[in-house]
Amino acid sequence: MENKQNQTFEIIEVCLLAGKIMLRSGAETYRVEDTMTRIAAAYGILHSHSYVTPTGIIFSIDSHNPTKLVRIIDRSTDLQKVAKVNSVSRLISSGELSVQEAYGHLKEIEHDAHAYPIWIQIAAASIASGCFLIMFQGDWTDFLPALIAGGIGFSCLIYIHQLVEIKFFAEFLASFIIGLIAVLFVVLSLGTELDKIIIASVMPLVPGLLITNAVRDLMAGHLVSGISKGAEAFLTAFAIGAGVAVVFSFY
Amino acid sequence: MIEQFITSFIASSAFGIIFNAPVKTLFKCGFVGMVGWMVYIGLYEYTLDSVFATLIASFFIAIISQFFAKAYKTPMIIFNVSGIIPLVPGGLAYDAMRRVVENDYNAAIPLAAKAFMISGAIAIGLVLSEVINQIIRKASLRKMVQ
Repeated sequence: MENKQNQTFEIIEVCLLAGKIMLRSGAETYRVEDTMTRIAAAYGILHSHSYVTPTGIIFSIDSHNPTKLVRIIDRSTDLQKVAKVNSVSRLISSGELSVQEAYGHLKEIEHDAHAYPIWIQIAAASIASGCFLIMFQGDWTDFLPALIAGGIGFSCLIYIHQLVEIKFFAEFLASFIIGLIAVLFVVLSLGTELDKIIIASVMPLVPGLLITNAVRDLMAGHLVSGISKGAEAFLTAFAIGAGVAVVFSFY
Repeated sequence: MIEQFITSFIASSAFGIIFNAPVKTLFKCGFVGMVGWMVYIGLYEYTLDSVFATLIASFFIAIISQFFAKAYKTPMIIFNVSGIIPLVPGGLAYDAMRRVVENDYNAAIPLAAKAFMISGAIAIGLVLSEVINQIIRKASLRKMVQ
C-alpha cells in the first residue's frame, strides 16, 4: 500500500514536470493537457484531470490522492524542449521508460541550454529583419539599416532582460533603441523609408505568435489561457509601440 | 519574385534559430514559411484581400506541417510556428499601438481590427486543416464499420 502510494506520487511528479517544461517552452495549452493525460494513462492512471493556464498547472487524480500545483513564472519559445518532451512521452506511451527513468530524462531536458550560441541568435534576428524589409516590399538600399537596427535591437533585448526582470521594460528600451538607430540612418540619408525600416527591425520582438496562439486557445475553448495570452501580447505590442513613439516625439 | 522566395525562406529559418528549433528541422521550417508566404503573396496580388489570403496560406502551412510532423515524428508546432511567422500581423499590431501612443485613435482602431482579423484567419486556417483531417479519419472509420 505504502509502495503504491509512492509510485503514484512519482507519476504525478513526472506528469507535472513534463507539463511545466512544455508550457515554459511555448507549447499550446491543449497539447500540455493532452501530454500529461497520456503519460498518466501510460502508467495506469486512467482518470486524471489537468487544468493548465499560462501561469500555472493544476494536476489531480481521482480518489484520495493529493492534487498538485506548479507555478509558471517565465515563458519563452523553445521548440527543442517541446520536441524532446514529446519524444520522452512517446517512449513512455510505448512502455519503454520506467517512472524514475522518465523523471531523470525530463530533469535533463529542463536544464538544457539553448542550442544556439547568443551570437548566432543575434545574427539570425538581424538577418530576419533584413529579409522582412524585402518581404514588406522595401527597397534594397534599406536592407543594411534594417539588418543593423534589428541586430542591435535584439541584442539590447537580451542584455536588458538579463539586467531587469521586467520583460516589458526590456522590450520598451529595445524598441526605443531600434527607433533611434532607424532615425539616425534616415537623417544621415543612409536609409530612405523610416517606417519600413522600423517595422522590419521590430519583427523579432513583436508578439505575433502570442496573438495567434491566443486566438487558437480561445477557439479551442481554453478561455482563460486565450485571454491571458492576449493580454500579454497586448502589453508587449504596447511596449514596442511606446518605445518607438518616444523616438518619434523627438524627431 | 525570386527575392521573395529567398527572403521568406531565410526569415523563417532564422526564426527557427531564435525559437531554438532542432538543427535538423531548420531547413524544413524555412520551406514551410516560404510556401506559406508565396501562397499569401500570390493570392493577395490576385484578390487584394489580406485576410482571405492569410486564411488560405495558413491552411497550406498546417497541411505541410502535419505531413512533416508525421514523416519526421516531431511535434507539428515546430513547423507551423516558424511557418506562420511571415504571416503574423506583427507589423500591423505595432503600427496600431504606435498610433495609440501618438493619440491618433481614429487611425489605430481599423489597424487593430485588421490585426485581430488576420490573427483570427491564421488560427482558423490552422484549425481548419485539423478539422478536415479528423473528418476524413472519422468518415473512413465509419465506412470500415459498415
